[in-house]
Amino acid sequence: MGAFFASLGNQLPGTLAQGLIWGVMALGLYLSFKILDFADLTVDSSFATGGGLCAILITKNVNPIIALCLSFCAGMLAGGITGLLNTKLKIPPILAGILTQLGLYSVNLHIMGGGFRDSKPNIPLLKFSEALIFTSPNANGAYTSDRTKTIIICALLCAALVAVMYWFFGTEIGNAIRATGNNEHMARAMSINTNSMKVLCLMLSNGLVALSGALFSQYQGYADVNMGRGAIVIGLASIIIGEVLLGRFRGFVMRCTSAIIGSIIYYLIIAIVITIGLSTDDLKLFSAVVVAIALAVPAMKKKKAKVAKAQSGKEA
Amino acid sequence: MLEVSHITKIFNAGTVNEKVAINDLSITFNDGDFVTVIGGNGAGKSTLMNLIAGVYPIDTGSIALNGEELSRLPEFKRAKKLGRVFQDPMMGTAADMQIDENLALAYRRGKGRGLAWGVTKKEKELFREQLSRLGLGLEDRMTSKVGLLSGGQRQAITLLMATLQRPEMLLLDEHTAALDPVTAKKVLALSEELISEHSLTTMMVTHNMKDAIRHGNRLIMMNAGRIIFDVSGEAKQKLTVDDLMREFAKAGGDDIEDRALLS
Repeated sequence: MGAFFASLGNQLPGTLAQGLIWGVMALGLYLSFKILDFADLTVDSSFATGGGLCAILITKNVNPIIALCLSFCAGMLAGGITGLLNTKLKIPPILAGILTQLGLYSVNLHIMGGGFRDSKPNIPLLKFSEALIFTSPNANGAYTSDRTKTIIICALLCAALVAVMYWFFGTEIGNAIRATGNNEHMARAMSINTNSMKVLCLMLSNGLVALSGALFSQYQGYADVNMGRGAIVIGLASIIIGEVLLGRFRGFVMRCTSAIIGSIIYYLIIAIVITIGLSTDDLKLFSAVVVAIALAVPAMKKKKAKVAKAQSGKEA
Repeated sequence: MLEVSHITKIFNAGTVNEKVAINDLSITFNDGDFVTVIGGNGAGKSTLMNLIAGVYPIDTGSIALNGEELSRLPEFKRAKKLGRVFQDPMMGTAADMQIDENLALAYRRGKGRGLAWGVTKKEKELFREQLSRLGLGLEDRMTSKVGLLSGGQRQAITLLMATLQRPEMLLLDEHTAALDPVTAKKVLALSEELISEHSLTTMMVTHNMKDAIRHGNRLIMMNAGRIIFDVSGEAKQKLTVDDLMREFAKAGGDDIEDRALLS
C-alpha cells in the first residue's frame, strides 16, 4: 500500500502538468460541445496538427512561443473547414468533423514531413530540448523537462484563457455565438448570421485544441501523427467529470474552470489505474467506459427522480 | 408596405408527396395594416409567413418590403426588418441565456455586432423599464435564465424582443395557440398595445376566429395555398363567426378544424 502511494505521489506533478495541458483542449471542446452544441470530431486530428506543426517549427529553429501561436492558427483553419463543410455544404456536424479529421491525417503527415512531397509520422525533439518552453538546465547544464515550470506556465495560461473566454462571451459577438448554440431559430430572427457564428466558434475551438497539442508535443518532447487519437473522448470526459463534481457552482468562469479541473482529475484517475496495474494498451477502452458512464449519469439521475416521484405519488 | 406578388411554393416537387403549399398568391399589406389570417390546417398560413421571413425560399414570384426585394436575402438579413413571434414559446428565446441577455440580442437586431459588451448598463435600465410594463415582475429577475420562465412569460418577452427595435413588419405566427386561455388573452392584449404604440404593420396568423374578428383592421382567409376571402374596414368590423363559416363553405374549403369552431 505504501509503495502504491509512493509511486502515485511520484506521478502527481506529471499528472497535474498533463491535466493542465489537456485542460486547454477541454476548454476548446467546451466551446464546440457545450456553447455551440456541436459534436466536433475534428479535434482528434487538429490536436496532432498543432503538435506536429509546433514540432516541425521548433526543428527549424522557430521561437517556441511563435510556434505555439502558429499552431493555434493552424487549428483555426482546420476548424474553419469543418464549419464550412457544415454550414455551406450542409453536411451534418458529426460527418463534417469526421471528414476534416480524416483529411487532416494526411495533411498532418505532410506538415511533419515539412513539405508537400515529404511526410513523416513523428518528430523527436530530443536535440532541441534547449528551445522547449517546459525545460530548464540541470546541474550539468543539460536541458531536461521541468515539471514545476510546466505546471506554473500551464496554470497561468489556463487562467488567462478562461479570462479571455469570459470577456469574449460577454461581448456582442460572444452573445451571438451563445444564442446560435442555444436556439438557432431565435438567433436568425435576431438577425444573427448563424453560419458565420458556427464557423467562428469552431475555429476558436480547434485553435485551442491545436494549441493544446502544441503544448503537449513540447511537454513530451516529440510529436506523433496519432497523438490526438481519442482526444475528443478525453476532452468530453474532462468536461463531464468537471460538471458532475463541480456542477453546483454556477457562472461561466466556474464552468470553464471545472472543465480544466475535470481534465486534471481524469489524468489522476488514469495515473491511479496504471499504478494499480492496468496496461496502457487498455487505456482507450477504459477511457471510453469512463465517458460512457459519465454521459449516462444525467439520464440515470433523471430516471431515478422519475421513479422516486412515481413511488411517492403511489403512497399519497 | 409589403408587396407579395405571384409567389408559389411547392414542397417535395416531383415526388408522390408533392404539395403545393402556396399557389400563385399575391397580396399587399399597406403601412399600418393589422391583418389577421385564418384558414384550416394546411391552408398555407404559416408557410406564407415563413416565406416572408425567409425560413425557406420561394419557387417563383417576389416579396418586396418598402420597395426592397426580400426574396433573395437569407433569413438573418430579412430579420433586420422583421419582428417575429413563433407558435412555440420555446422558439423565440434562448433558454440558457439570461432575460437581459435575450433582450440585448433583440436590441441589436439589424445592427452590427462587435467586441463591445453584450449588455450595457444603460440598456439594462431600458430593459427594466420595458419589462415592468408587462406586469409580470420580470424586471426584478433580469439575470434569471429564460428557461426558468413559463410559456406565457417567454411569449411576452418574445413580443417585447420583436418590437424592441421597431420592425418594418411584425409577424405573429399563432403566438397564443400554445398558451392557456387567460395567458393567451394577456399576450394578445400586449400585442395589441405594442402594435398600436409603434403603429406596426402586422400579420397575425390565428386559429381562433373570434380573435381574428376582434383584432386588426383587415382579415384574410386562406385555403389550399390561396387567399379566398379578404375583408377590411367597416365590413370587417361587422363580421361574425357565422359569416366566416359561410365564406369558408362557399369557397369549397376543406374541413375547418374543431379547434377553430369551438373557440
